[in-house]
Amino acid sequence: MRVFKQRSGLFILVLMLSLTGCATTGVNTEAEVPARHSISEFNDQRFAEVADPWEETNRRFYRFNFYFDKYLFLPVVNGYEYITPTFLQERISGFYNNLEELQNFTNSLFQLKGVEAASTLGRFVINSTVGLGGLFDPATSFGLERNNQDFGKTLGYWGASSGPYLVLPLFGPSSVRDAGGLAVDTAISYGVYSAIDPFACSDHSFAIGAGITTLGFIDTRHQQSFRYFESGNPFEYYLVRFFYHERRDIESGKRLPEE
Amino acid sequence: MFKLKLFCIVCMLLPMSVHALDENYGYPIKGSHEASILGTPAELMPEFPASLPTRQLVLDLFPDREKPPVFFYDEGLRCTFTYQDKKAPLVFIVGGAGASDRSAKLITMTKALHQAGFHVITLPSPTSTNFIVSASSSSIPGDLTEDAADLHRAMEAAWKQVKGDIEVSSFNLCGYSLGASEVAFVAKLDEDRRVFNFRKVLLINPPVSLYSSVTRIEELMKQIPGGSKKQGVFVNRMLSKFSRFYRYGNYVTINEDFLYAIYTEKLFSHAETAGLIAISYRIGMAGMIFSADVMTNSGYVVPKNRVLRYTDSLFDYFLVSTHLSFFDYFNEFFYPYFKKQRPGLTKQELIDSQSLKSIEGYLKSSAKFGLITNENDFILTKTELDYLRQLFGERARIYPRGGHLGNLAYKENLAYMVAFLQDKEIIQ
Repeated sequence: MRVFKQRSGLFILVLMLSLTGCATTGVNTEAEVPARHSISEFNDQRFAEVADPWEETNRRFYRFNFYFDKYLFLPVVNGYEYITPTFLQERISGFYNNLEELQNFTNSLFQLKGVEAASTLGRFVINSTVGLGGLFDPATSFGLERNNQDFGKTLGYWGASSGPYLVLPLFGPSSVRDAGGLAVDTAISYGVYSAIDPFACSDHSFAIGAGITTLGFIDTRHQQSFRYFESGNPFEYYLVRFFYHERRDIESGKRLPEE
Repeated sequence: MFKLKLFCIVCMLLPMSVHALDENYGYPIKGSHEASILGTPAELMPEFPASLPTRQLVLDLFPDREKPPVFFYDEGLRCTFTYQDKKAPLVFIVGGAGASDRSAKLITMTKALHQAGFHVITLPSPTSTNFIVSASSSSIPGDLTEDAADLHRAMEAAWKQVKGDIEVSSFNLCGYSLGASEVAFVAKLDEDRRVFNFRKVLLINPPVSLYSSVTRIEELMKQIPGGSKKQGVFVNRMLSKFSRFYRYGNYVTINEDFLYAIYTEKLFSHAETAGLIAISYRIGMAGMIFSADVMTNSGYVVPKNRVLRYTDSLFDYFLVSTHLSFFDYFNEFFYPYFKKQRPGLTKQELIDSQSLKSIEGYLKSSAKFGLITNENDFILTKTELDYLRQLFGERARIYPRGGHLGNLAYKENLAYMVAFLQDKEIIQ
């Protein structure tokens, strides 16, 4: 979840086309016959259910992400993996993971988790210096464990419920709360890096910034093994939704209702 | 109650009687259910290179088949092809029920085989949606003979796509769980068709009889209070137990350490673990039932003639399908279909044909077969395990523990798998 600026009108166009496509397929004139088994015959609690009032739109975005992966994202990631030696790939991931410590740090503070914040700060300092700007991760071997934090978790920690499920274009599974959190984290990172502006002295600071952002985005996808619609199960949308929701709820440390 | 007592006594005696076999085997998880869920801890797996030269194959096996819009993403049978740049033996691998070509177990096996110098092609299970939609001639999975014919056709198509790019010294087959039974039938079919002339065929944790093994998995469902019809209540309760454990344990994230802690702290009882296995099996089955129903427009869980769009909610179909048992599917969907094809077919005949016993003469006589399974694989009865032992004799490798596939990724198991397929002298 990094700064990603969408500058391209083409992207919006592709998005719109993909969302409106296929509206007219599948006309069937034969009358429907009720199925042999239906939900009414079972008297059980529903499970794996997550509030999803915008399922139709979410499914459109889910499909959009599938096509985006297929035609652009994964070919680029595969090309990157092909031309970049594994050692270099790992260093690049390390560099970006280290930058994310900023987000981990701010959110540990927001949750008033002092020890965790100090440990994250320690990680950042060690890995940025001894670890050569995050290329290596000596902090983990010193016993400082990574704590992934984001503003969505912070909101959850202070009791905000996730709200309805969302599938975001490019980012994938989310919720109203987590999408808001993503925006806040992005804004903070953007603000901090603009203030520091490490390439200000260069004539090409814009190009360098854009390059770093793009590579960061490729690295993020490179680090994720998930592929849309490859689970072999037609209910994948629900399984992903369920695991995403539960995992976020559990990891945000939200208070649990009594049994 | 008596049974429970007996079980306890057996459990207490067990470690002693298998001690001799046990000594040198380092796979750590004792319980059958626990091993099946947890698999192999990362540090007990071999080390693999970070990336493999891989290509995804998409096979168009039925060019004229019209695919329902709800399966818009299915553009053909997906197989994963991993290759060597020199002449090498090739292994086709088929996974267990519901597995796609990229299931975690298949990826691990591919890594081990590739490292040892094999080309590998993994295929989706005939019970996966991808296969039902794109590769099954009937779109009704579960018949070993028909599924083997579909698999064989898919293997031929996959080979056709890659044969210009690689050099192959021999063809081999490997499958786990349901996939193991299927590859046994594929090997038999190939003896007639003479396309691949498989050199080695390895079966990992196969059921002897599909019907009997599925019955045993369905029985796990009975350990849920209220049985399978109350699975929703059960899942929700387990989930809150899981959350609570995480919350009070000060865990940083849900990772392998956390899951291992669930095991060591015995968060879930034996019965609850059984219930969780049964639920995950039912979710896989639900996918199969739904896909078969949509593809054949049978009106089983989706109203007949309804055309589902890709934006439609499928949630009710999901819940309905997970509440149906294998027996429902067998009696109401599977058997009627085959009875229509072959009038006079009895249920027992259909059940009997879904078993390794139906091709036992071939399995016994052919030296190309090998078997890996575990003493405590819960899909086998004691009698079935003895049957496998007797059928495969010295070609069987039976580990003292590992449950159903739990030890598949354990380094010793993978080393054995590789050595068998390389046809090396194997030290027992």
